[in-house]
Amino acid sequence: MITAVRKPMEEILEFVLPYKRILLVGCNECVTVCAAGGRKEVGILSSALQMAFMKQGKTLDVREVTLERQCDPEYVEQLVTEIDRVDAVLSMACGCGVQEIARRFKDKAVFPAVNTQFMGASERHGVWVERCQGCGDCILGITGGICPVARCSKRLLNGPCGGSTNGKCEINPEVDCAWQLIWDRLKMLGLEKRYEEIVSAKDWRTSRDGGPRRIIREDLE
Amino acid sequence: MVTESALEKVLAAGHLAVTSECGPPRGAVPEKIQEKAELLRGYADGINVTDNQTAMVRMCSLAACIYIRQMGLHPILQMVTRDRNRLAMQSDILGAYAHGIHTMLCLSGDHPYFGDHPMAANVYDLDSIQLIQMVRGMRDQGRFQGGDEILNAPKMFIGAAANPFADPFELRVARLAKKIKAGADFIQTQCIYNLEKFERWMAGVRERGLHKKAYILAGITPMKSAGMARYMKNKVPGMDVPDEVVNRMAGVSKENQAKEGIKIAVETIERLKTVEGVMGFHIMAIEWEQMVPEIVESAGLYPRPQF
Amino acid sequence: MEDFEPLIVAFCCHYCAYTAADMAGSMRLSYPANIKIIRVPCTGKVDVLHLMRALLKGADGAYVAGCLDGDCHFKNGNRKAARRVASAKRLLSEIGLEPERVEMFTMSAGMGERFSQIALEFTDRIRKLGPNPVHSNTKKADPPATNRQTVQKGDRPT
Repeated sequence: MITAVRKPMEEILEFVLPYKRILLVGCNECVTVCAAGGRKEVGILSSALQMAFMKQGKTLDVREVTLERQCDPEYVEQLVTEIDRVDAVLSMACGCGVQEIARRFKDKAVFPAVNTQFMGASERHGVWVERCQGCGDCILGITGGICPVARCSKRLLNGPCGGSTNGKCEINPEVDCAWQLIWDRLKMLGLEKRYEEIVSAKDWRTSRDGGPRRIIREDLE
Repeated sequence: MVTESALEKVLAAGHLAVTSECGPPRGAVPEKIQEKAELLRGYADGINVTDNQTAMVRMCSLAACIYIRQMGLHPILQMVTRDRNRLAMQSDILGAYAHGIHTMLCLSGDHPYFGDHPMAANVYDLDSIQLIQMVRGMRDQGRFQGGDEILNAPKMFIGAAANPFADPFELRVARLAKKIKAGADFIQTQCIYNLEKFERWMAGVRERGLHKKAYILAGITPMKSAGMARYMKNKVPGMDVPDEVVNRMAGVSKENQAKEGIKIAVETIERLKTVEGVMGFHIMAIEWEQMVPEIVESAGLYPRPQF
Repeated sequence: MEDFEPLIVAFCCHYCAYTAADMAGSMRLSYPANIKIIRVPCTGKVDVLHLMRALLKGADGAYVAGCLDGDCHFKNGNRKAARRVASAKRLLSEIGLEPERVEMFTMSAGMGERFSQIALEFTDRIRKLGPNPVHSNTKKADPPATNRQTVQKGDRPT
């Protein structure tokens, strides 16, 4: 999922202070899984914002809506019933959702309530870790299912570097050395020989480096 | 001889080579690099110039190498892949070669986390092995990494670093094999204090004939004090300092610790001379360059062969 | 300040705290009428959301009362509740409210006295803190600002 963390209240309050009526929109997918912007978090943030305003003798009208997801126009369209009754929108979705709302409702200010972080998976409930960088040319087949682009601090494709210590990355003893993990997995799979095959310089065009990307499926358009 | 590198000349002629190292200044002060290099004149076949070492901004290695070349000495351009993409690296290599620099060391580089700009975006367009491949391609095929022909293609004598002491140990010979397969001509190892472990690594290296495919230079760093020994043992990743070394340093009075450190360095060199496959020494005496001449002389490596 | 009577919501787990409240009753131990008890199957059911809504809707303080550590009827619901109370405290600080307005307490089913004592002490704590500043600037008669849960999964735009 795409992970996110709620922005500090100070920053969010700065966004909404000029307004009297806002639409607070949550998302039922990724940000629900990582407990950052689902229906519950919408309720929590709404309460916090209203109380912050009331404490200052002001009122904030918060309309709470949680869409199935915010990255599809069909769902964002559902907001038309509410949009004219508010002055601004505060979205708890990832950056994709925030932008989709901004695209659809061009004359309404839209603010992000969360900081979108990374594409990752749950290590366990409450702990999410980065797994994928969206490089566009997946090499997981040759690295035993562990991605060095996302999980090696230096994104080495022929690691490990000389700083690998006890299976941990030199920058932080809590970060696994991706290449230690890869080597261990290659051994488990009997693929040690793979290690010495040199992975050539990557073509980063398939990644964000080639410019913002687009997928077109003509069979679905 | 594949290049005009002074280091290659010494090694190809069968002599034990000596290289040393200078760190450029944290400012636009060329005198600092000139002073350090002058201390090494006549004592080293090549002088490494570090590249934003430990991810701290310093005068660029290329500029410092040019100053050293202009002094009639032989710099070794260190290049890390952390700060430059393949365009910038090839561009710098052309510049270096144009200035008569024929030797370089290819590294990935310490993570910015450690440095003075942890907020910087990392580049890491290539890793060290891909950089070696690229530089080798420039030399052998006369082409840029992207495929186009180079005018007066640079012929670099290509070095790589090896760390027999990093984890996992079982991979360290395989990693060396990869770097040599990618095209490395010479290797400089991390500084050695654990001779037993180093010799185990060399046994693995020799078993695969790697010592015949690339010249291996053993890394030597003299300890200045017992405190330095402890720091390197506990705080530096990828460094192996046995207790005996720390105890030996601590067992001497403070005023004599520096001398003891030099003694240990010279003894290490003498012992490593007997290890088959060791073709020279890379003496890193950071901010203590003035001790290099004494170490080189005491280890019987002076005078340096002249060509 | 003297005539301020706090409104306090107490989320009590069925197995321990609520039973302790019952026990207090049958022991004829009094506890302040300020405490409005909400029975939950386990304090693990109580979320930051409930604490925040309680304060938003007029409570001056709220606490969660569960089983003693290690004795939770559902294994570790009380530990989850404790973490959530801590999270609520942090959120309250972020918006300038006193984190002391929410709290986590534990007790066993037989601890009628403890239930009563906690109720007394917490009420006193809130009395000293004063009315919830959120409501002191608006007339108590005003309802909280409108918020509606609308448009859930599966709805189609009209």
